[in-house]
Amino acid sequence: MSDPGGAVLHQFDDLDQQVEAGRLGMWAFLIQEVLFFGGMFAVYAVYRHRFPESFAEGSHHLDVLLGGVNTVILIGSSLTAALAVHAAERGHARGIVTWLVGTIVLGGAFLGVKAVEYSHKFHDGLIPGSGFVSAQFETENVEVFYSLYFVLTGMHALHMVIGVGIMIWLIALTLRGYITKERQQYIEFFGLYWHFVDIVWIFLFPLLYLLGRHG
Amino acid sequence: MSSHDEHHGASLRTYLVIFGSLLALTGLTVWVAFHDFGSFNTPLALVIAGVKGTLVVLYFMHVRYNSRLVWVFAAAGFLWLMILFGFTFSDYLTRDAAEATVQDVPAWPTR
Repeated sequence: MSDPGGAVLHQFDDLDQQVEAGRLGMWAFLIQEVLFFGGMFAVYAVYRHRFPESFAEGSHHLDVLLGGVNTVILIGSSLTAALAVHAAERGHARGIVTWLVGTIVLGGAFLGVKAVEYSHKFHDGLIPGSGFVSAQFETENVEVFYSLYFVLTGMHALHMVIGVGIMIWLIALTLRGYITKERQQYIEFFGLYWHFVDIVWIFLFPLLYLLGRHG
Repeated sequence: MSSHDEHHGASLRTYLVIFGSLLALTGLTVWVAFHDFGSFNTPLALVIAGVKGTLVVLYFMHVRYNSRLVWVFAAAGFLWLMILFGFTFSDYLTRDAAEATVQDVPAWPTR
């Protein structure tokens, strides 16, 4: 039984087994997340099939520039998260903290842009419910598009807020010297979560922002 | 299968190449959206997003460097998603055709 860094929990034989078990557990969690978002994507597809013109008209009201900038910011935050994992694999505590702080900054920038977009929608009467101004649209049922827009981007943003919280916790653990090379999986598993959230946005951006842009 | 005394992730150069590819594909998906490809606009957008997602899964999420069992888990997520989509769409996306020929198809929810 080899346990170089004192990182192996008592139910595991060795570090390899512990890391592989944790990795599979993380993927099982992500499969559940895929289906959680998948259900919402399915609702989106069903209603877009039903009201194609309304979805195109609703999408036209979204800001492609802000959505595109946020896509670049989020892809950048995936790179910094990958670099944090890269540092963790080598046991570089300073690298972990630096890249996690960078990921928090980029994640915060994404959420800031999202807040600006949400406030524009609020002023334009695009919040589903009694305040929704449907008279500004030529087609009916644009409200359905905006319901899905807020549910999908809201759930995505909630995942990012949770991710930022996890990063603050991981930075505290790293600064206390707890995250050693043997415990790099803490950073690795967070990275898996953050990249998953990035993938969700990779699909949300074209499906919400880029409809009916041609002709 | 040792994971603690080897670096099992990608190299820095690989991460940067993937990052650049993701940015280029983002530009491509915007370019596609502003041009008329008829009914192929949405399939093209989904294919580009699928390529981007696959790059993230294989390199940023290290699946390319992980054990076969992790491959199976990642593929299972995709498989279950396709089951969810397959059964949902085989009903909802075919109702218009069914309504034209059959009387007792469940009606669409009215608003």
